[in-house]
Amino acid sequence: MAHSTASTDTHGHPADPSKRDMLELLAGASAALLGAGIAWPLVSSMNPAKDVLALSSVEVDLAPIAAGQGIVVSWQGKPIFVRHRTPEEVKAAQDAKPSELNDPQSDAARTKPGHETWMVLIGICTHLGCIPLGNKATDVRGEWGGWFCPCHGSQYDTSGRIRKGPAPTNLAVPPYAFESDSKIKIG
Amino acid sequence: MAGLHKSEFANPVINWVDSRLPIFTMMQKEYGVFPTPKNFNYFWNFGALAMVTLVLMIVTGIFLAMNYQPNTELAFGSVQHIMRDVNFGWLIRYVHQNGASMFFMVTYIHIFRGLYYGSYKAPRELLWMLGVIILLLMMATAFMGYVLPWGQMSYWGATVITNLFSAFPVVGPKIVTLLWGGFSVDNPTLNRFFALHYLMPFVLVGVVFLHVAALHITGSNNPLGIDVKSPQDTVPFHPFYTIKDSVGMCVFLMIWAGFVCFAPNLLGDANNFIPANPLQTPADIVPEWYFLPYYGILRSVPNKLLGVCMMFASILLLLALPWLDTSKVRSARFRPIFRILVFVWCATFVGLGICGAHKPEGIWVILSRLFAFYYFAHLLVVLPILGKLERPLPLPESISNPVVRAALARSVAVAAIVAALLGVQSLSPAHAEEEIVLPAQKWSFAGVFGTVDLASAQRGFQIYSEVCANCHSMKYLHYRDLAGIGVEPGQIKAIAAAVTVPQGTNDEGEAKEGPGTPADQFRSPFANDKQARARNNGALPPDLSLMVNAREDGANHVYAILTGYADAPSTMKMQDGMNYNKYFPGHQIAMPQPLRDGQVTYADGTPNTLDQEARDVVTFLSWAANPEQTERKQLGIRVILYLGFMACVTYALKRKIWAAVH
Repeated sequence: MAHSTASTDTHGHPADPSKRDMLELLAGASAALLGAGIAWPLVSSMNPAKDVLALSSVEVDLAPIAAGQGIVVSWQGKPIFVRHRTPEEVKAAQDAKPSELNDPQSDAARTKPGHETWMVLIGICTHLGCIPLGNKATDVRGEWGGWFCPCHGSQYDTSGRIRKGPAPTNLAVPPYAFESDSKIKIG
Repeated sequence: MAGLHKSEFANPVINWVDSRLPIFTMMQKEYGVFPTPKNFNYFWNFGALAMVTLVLMIVTGIFLAMNYQPNTELAFGSVQHIMRDVNFGWLIRYVHQNGASMFFMVTYIHIFRGLYYGSYKAPRELLWMLGVIILLLMMATAFMGYVLPWGQMSYWGATVITNLFSAFPVVGPKIVTLLWGGFSVDNPTLNRFFALHYLMPFVLVGVVFLHVAALHITGSNNPLGIDVKSPQDTVPFHPFYTIKDSVGMCVFLMIWAGFVCFAPNLLGDANNFIPANPLQTPADIVPEWYFLPYYGILRSVPNKLLGVCMMFASILLLLALPWLDTSKVRSARFRPIFRILVFVWCATFVGLGICGAHKPEGIWVILSRLFAFYYFAHLLVVLPILGKLERPLPLPESISNPVVRAALARSVAVAAIVAALLGVQSLSPAHAEEEIVLPAQKWSFAGVFGTVDLASAQRGFQIYSEVCANCHSMKYLHYRDLAGIGVEPGQIKAIAAAVTVPQGTNDEGEAKEGPGTPADQFRSPFANDKQARARNNGALPPDLSLMVNAREDGANHVYAILTGYADAPSTMKMQDGMNYNKYFPGHQIAMPQPLRDGQVTYADGTPNTLDQEARDVVTFLSWAANPEQTERKQLGIRVILYLGFMACVTYALKRKIWAAVH
């Protein structure tokens, strides 16, 4: 490129070609940087804005949820499953051997100590983003009694771990904390 | 004839594409080797600059549209959302907002170039007419864009401009209703203006393409206004003019960045920081500076229909300019009388703009009529006759053998630009009935290097919370924003938790309230405007989020009001419930004196004098209205230094490239 322009010196006395090459390089590079500098804020503006990032946390009152039932609350626009597990469900979740799990994780790592009956999950199938069934006692819950995704048949156990189907990982656990024995704060 | 194009490119991929779709050959022909007169001066930069502006306007506009809400309830707030929450939103918006002014600046200079050097004459008549159409499209686009922020000037600008059409007999009112989609400017109007504002730039791109295509048939005019006689008269467009345009572009972007980063609202109107109110017209309503000359013509005519017709005619007549000017000589350089008169004519245009910025009273009416008279007389009488009578100077043999040096033209050009800038300077409307002089204070945030004094702003927030917030909302701020004045996250949580905010509905479907979080808006003191009025003697305490921007010289204005309370002079009859204030327009203000010595107790031991309290609250409000200001100025310094460096590099390269020709 640099030399094609030099040939346009029609009067036949190229003025110090090396200095001109250097200037062309510098001008080209600074123009490219300018273009990047213009593109950067534009692309950046498409990321979540401050109000989205600051989305508040959600408090959930656990008292009305009977054992065996679950509810769905919305947090950051996502469905959050809050399930009050029965003792049998807790036991089934705790007894699962790591070798049986596609994405090995202990039930203890997915619950809060002292509150093992409560399971809090982001209710989005890790396969392609559908919402699994299983919160209502009347829903299909799959072979492991947890959740069943109607889109492509992924089956989760009572700890929300993937047991069968195309989903690669367990249902995610959102950040949350117990404010009291009957109240959690998500986020 | 069907068949592959015979491409001459060596690169096999380019050759393959080019044989099937010869875009590379076209680019090479039109922008690579395109023979261009070698004697352009820097006036020939402005077409390229307008193109750069158009592209930047479209790009920034698309990103703004991703966050803007074309709904009367949401539009104003969504612009504040862009300014405050969207990453770099303030930068994109200010580039776009000032871009409109930059676009008109370069286009007006581009048009002046055409007028001065006779670029509209045969064979470039159609090229010129397409240019006039581009100007009209630009005006429509700019007008509709100005409506979108849905401030007071947006709303009343839209009302006034659309009402222009009501001047036409019989169909007028029908046209206006059609434009509005209702019986006043309202949501349907805003919606369609947004749709059209998004569409028009692409129509512009189409017409610009035709404009450039026509240019590449006739070839460019040049400062001598004579035809190209031989290849010695031309240079290939690249690299000679690509580099020269690049130099101009760097300087142009520096000016643009200067406006964006240091004076983003200089060319705007303070009233547009007040949300649209269909029940109250602002006291001073003026269009943006680029429309002032036409506004001047409109107001110089005492008859509604005639005024509107004259205004439209002032632009449409330009379409006929190639035939109105009967002289065969293009460049003003060889037309001694025309050369003076073209400046006189442009001066009347600027003069009309200055008249347009002032209330149509006294001398301004007479001046605007004089200017309007000459504006039309120049086109309809002077140009046709002058072309026959004037004796032009002898034209040079050819571009390579010119008889005159360009130095004179250059000095004339510089003088014209300086005069234009001075003209713009004097456009600032000064038309308060009684001039209230606001004492200028020293502010931490003033000037290019000024930054907001955070301690002062925090004290100001304390005053806002303890005093102002009893009546004034600040609904465009959130508690989380306080991080911007250095409040710690823990403190922000505590401040937010201390207020009770609505939190949607509980499980029984009843409205629920609870302690606020940092994500919440500043809580408003009243449930709605009606309640606010009812509890404040009928006067609505304005929202303070943008107060410093919503008044001319806002910081000094707010400070003056806060410290301007005094006993009313005995000559003045005060109305019930009103208070005397030295600096409030009309001197009667509904707000009782809010701040006094010792009004608040500062934790940091700062003396709580009235002066200090007012100073702190103004600092806080200045930050609140422009939370990006420190970041903006610092970015500005860096951008301008960078572009300055780039201007030097491109200029050095330009000299190297042109060394062989000069």
